[in-house]
Amino acid sequence: MSQVDVNTFLGAYPFRDVGATSPAVLTREMERVGTTAAWVSHLSAIYHQDVDGGNTALYAAAELDGRLRAVPTIDPSRPEWITALDEADRHGVPAVRCDPTLHGLPPVDDGMRELLAACAARDLPVMMAVRLEDLRQRQPADPAADLPPWAVRQLIRSHPGVRLIITHADRDVIEQVHFGSTPQEASRILWDISWVWGPPEDHLELLLATIGDARFTFGTGMPLRLPETSVAKLDLLNLSAASRQQIADGNLATFCLT
Amino acid sequence: MLIDVHAHFYQPAGGRPDWVDRNTSRLRAGEQIGITRHVASILGTWGRTSPTYFPSPSDVTSGNDALLALMREHPDRISGYACVNPNYTAHAVAEIERCLAAGMIGIKLAASRRANDPLLDPIGEAARRHRVPVLHHIWQHRRHEWPGQEASDAAELAALAERHPAVPFILAHIGGGGDWTHSLVAIRPVTNILVDLSGSGVDGGMLEACVEAVGAARLLWGCDLTMCTGLAKLRHLEAILSPADLERVRWRNAAGIFPDGSLAA
Repeated sequence: MSQVDVNTFLGAYPFRDVGATSPAVLTREMERVGTTAAWVSHLSAIYHQDVDGGNTALYAAAELDGRLRAVPTIDPSRPEWITALDEADRHGVPAVRCDPTLHGLPPVDDGMRELLAACAARDLPVMMAVRLEDLRQRQPADPAADLPPWAVRQLIRSHPGVRLIITHADRDVIEQVHFGSTPQEASRILWDISWVWGPPEDHLELLLATIGDARFTFGTGMPLRLPETSVAKLDLLNLSAASRQQIADGNLATFCLT
Repeated sequence: MLIDVHAHFYQPAGGRPDWVDRNTSRLRAGEQIGITRHVASILGTWGRTSPTYFPSPSDVTSGNDALLALMREHPDRISGYACVNPNYTAHAVAEIERCLAAGMIGIKLAASRRANDPLLDPIGEAARRHRVPVLHHIWQHRRHEWPGQEASDAAELAALAERHPAVPFILAHIGGGGDWTHSLVAIRPVTNILVDLSGSGVDGGMLEACVEAVGAARLLWGCDLTMCTGLAKLRHLEAILSPADLERVRWRNAAGIFPDGSLAA
């Protein structure tokens, strides 16, 4: 069974040692949990002032291993962001990412709207993380706020062609966005399952019932988080093989073709 | 065998209308994971008639009674911690005596009073007398006060454990929030503290750091509120531990601190 992890990282996490984060280690961990391909971003592109170094390393890693698809970071506050977006396009990336709160930006402003419109014009989904680490355990020097649900609602409304892949969202965020959007708006958002609780709270089971399995895709957040977690929560559901495959990679494939 | 040393159930006097569904879900997921025994507590009425972490004496009794009922309903699957509020010392000690006599096998301290406070000494003495462990709710490196609880951190638990060296203390949910690296350093020299691996946190490198800090002989597997993370950690441990050490974390270490024979499948 193919399984695509949309939520993985290379590079060093600045606030905690998460072990080796090389492409070789990432692909070894992918194999261990049955992941056949991964969308990968670079932590230094998210946390360094200069995003280019991380993106360059990302493109190099993706060229060396066909299982890795680069999801470069675009910071719309930087003057050359449109050039970076053009370069991403040339590399044939499946999506770009922007995490405004991690760049010290407002989650919604003219820069974000311009970036999303430019991505919509190129038919590129934009990935955004609600958080990379739990607020309870952030290093004190990491003041970044979580991406709020109102921001996701405003961003999806900002352009009719915008498509968002939101990672690290919990049940509350997903419900506030999904049911606070029109069906057409909601259909342009795909959620990864990495931060949704399984039993006994059964948030994932509930969301699959209330929102439908078409809006969810497999993601882990590794190496910051154990990749086994997202596999485990699917294993603990009584999903049909077809439904599991939809979450494993089918919904992502459909979303990318939309 | 697989022992979940940190489980919770809900009860009819609590505030959740879905309490039966949640309890059923825990047992069903436990069967899927292969849990042979849930060692559980009920924290009063979970906030309905007194705060979850500051339960009134009557709510403490209500929660323990509900857990005893679940133990009678599932004698081969559920064991209990007597949950107490040390601010009501006489009630807490009496509740420990009552619940252990009724078949519970440990004591649960949540966050009603700081772990290093002398008010906890009668609880420690009761644990020693009955040779049962104490599971203590911990905020990993409490940098400031948190609302709704008088949370303790590992350094404060270490102070209590050093005053009661014959009692096994379980540092709750290393993945439950906060800086777990601080906890591992704080408890490393205090050998009567074991680390419960439960909690929703599944940080990369955390399990390896636990093994490195205190060794597999002081680790206990558990889930707490999220069983998918418990299963994930179990699978990760299978990848990083020897078979013998894995058995220790799955159940042998727990069998060594709970009363003899109390965890039999």
